[in-house]
Amino acid sequence: MNQSRRTFLKSTLAMGTVTVAIGAGLLSPSRVMAAQWPKTAFIASSMEAALNSLEGMNKTETSSAIKVDAPDIAENGAVVSVGIETSMTGAESITVLVPNNATPLAARYMLGKNTDGFINLRVKMRKTSDVVAVVKSNGKLYSAKKSVKVTLGGCGG
Amino acid sequence: MAQKPMKIRAWMDGDRAMVKAIIFHPMETGLRKDKKTGKKIPEHFISEVFCKHGATTVLNCQWGTAVSKNPFMSFRFNGAKVGDTVSINWVDNQGNKESAQAQIK
Repeated sequence: MNQSRRTFLKSTLAMGTVTVAIGAGLLSPSRVMAAQWPKTAFIASSMEAALNSLEGMNKTETSSAIKVDAPDIAENGAVVSVGIETSMTGAESITVLVPNNATPLAARYMLGKNTDGFINLRVKMRKTSDVVAVVKSNGKLYSAKKSVKVTLGGCGG
Repeated sequence: MAQKPMKIRAWMDGDRAMVKAIIFHPMETGLRKDKKTGKKIPEHFISEVFCKHGATTVLNCQWGTAVSKNPFMSFRFNGAKVGDTVSINWVDNQGNKESAQAQIK
């Protein structure tokens, strides 16, 4: 009788340890993430603030070398297909922003040396807005935009 | 957590490699409410995606909640040949991760 009680206690203890370990594991990633993932930029409520926090500047030059391919009218704001292509040489990063979203910064792509300035993705849009692509090249920011009319918002707000 | 493993396709498009991938992930914004309980569903999204060609990083993505559910991505890079490996790793804000690879066709 005692024997089974021992076993029961042991297994309960073991389970307790596992739970604690999971708890600790759940906490650590957010701390690790904060170091690399630019949280301030992603929670910024304006495009300028997001760019400032990401690149330390918010002045962008409109460029015809960037092409933003998005639909004129998006029926479903939850899935708006966006393609960005740039013929610029030395493009280091492509940043995708939706100014009318609560947090405009959608995604940022850091390009490797051999990678073309070409990205496709799908974004959520709360309401009708521009989709802005910002390309960083030789220490300067260049941008292009495309207006997308959204008939059904996609951010659940 | 991903319900289904992600899909990657990579092929040579002329002298460049073209990669398309789809990751199965809910990408919750943290703004949506659960219809039954009325409580907000906590945000759950992929924050970073690392794409490699062999051992070289070709693309690092930082994503926010505005990227759609089951994110699709595609990109292109030079200096690859048929048979090379393309690998994609992602982590989300809750510490889940997945990695997968594909051969360039």
